[in-house]
Amino acid sequence: MVCSLFRGPLRRYFTLNLYMTMSVLVSVGRYVVFTRHGLTSSEYVFFYYYSDAILTICLYFALMGLYAIVFEELGVGMRLRVFMMLLLIGTTLFSYSVVHQSESRMLTHYIVEISQNLYFVGLILTYVLWAALLKLRESRVRVIQIVLSLGMYFSINAASYALRNAYPNLRFVWGYFPLAAGLFLPMAWIYAFMKFDDEARLAPARLAAVPR
Amino acid sequence: MMAALIFVFSVAALMQFFVSYCRSLIAASARRALSSDVQDVIGIRRSANGDDFARVMQYLYLCPDRREDRNGIKAIGAYFRLLGAIGTVIGKLIPSLRAWTESERSQCAYFAAVALDRRIAHNRDMFAEQMSA
Repeated sequence: MVCSLFRGPLRRYFTLNLYMTMSVLVSVGRYVVFTRHGLTSSEYVFFYYYSDAILTICLYFALMGLYAIVFEELGVGMRLRVFMMLLLIGTTLFSYSVVHQSESRMLTHYIVEISQNLYFVGLILTYVLWAALLKLRESRVRVIQIVLSLGMYFSINAASYALRNAYPNLRFVWGYFPLAAGLFLPMAWIYAFMKFDDEARLAPARLAAVPR
Repeated sequence: MMAALIFVFSVAALMQFFVSYCRSLIAASARRALSSDVQDVIGIRRSANGDDFARVMQYLYLCPDRREDRNGIKAIGAYFRLLGAIGTVIGKLIPSLRAWTESERSQCAYFAAVALDRRIAHNRDMFAEQMSA
């Protein structure tokens, strides 16, 4: 947020700043719950997973902001926002219906299910945005790097939650990936804001994995 | 079943995002020309070779660190190793992929050379500031 304030237009990347602010508040909240109730307490577990779901929803808003930046010249921002909100509500209802039909009906199961689905839908939306960036030949380095790092963040979290859902006992495998992704995302955004100004550009053809 | 599908798709997407992210880092430094001093030291003029990467990285480690370069260099180091593994394992079966990985590895080496150039220039500036103070 500080980088955005000093190095770029704050309002332009408002949703990214909103996510970062929420991320800091959630970290403070987690620390308070952790010191009062301990790491293994049910209070901390519930707070951790619910705050994670809220942060993911904030990331949806960040993604909406990026869609608005990329599609600002086409004037379809409002339609995209409505579509993404409907998708978010649909994902939540779908996750609830999956857990409602299962035998355990545990709240933690619901949280893992919804987190996996939210991250996966976020990944799909980021992938679509990335395809749109290539199609529209978007060349702003800062936007490209923010979108790609967000895609990596969603991928790592979706993969680790899916692994967790399938193999709950493999904690030593899936336990560390979300932490690494959580560190990577702000660092990549700081790099994008510090290293490049808003008008720095590169040739989009250089980015596709398959040369064009 | 659903979790397995999500896992497979996520890992495939992660690889694609990672490759594109590294290519965006490389592309941002590809247009920058190396200073004559660095060209003389590492023996790279306009284009580098994949085999130069390890040597240039050793020079980079000798140079005092710049915080803003650190993450980019780490990411490109991981990308270089990934390319090496892909080139060795799959490159035997698909020769065109091997050529592509070689071209990417040479660009990684050029990225490292540009990072070295920046570090040397930064340290020279710092030294000049200290001398004038």
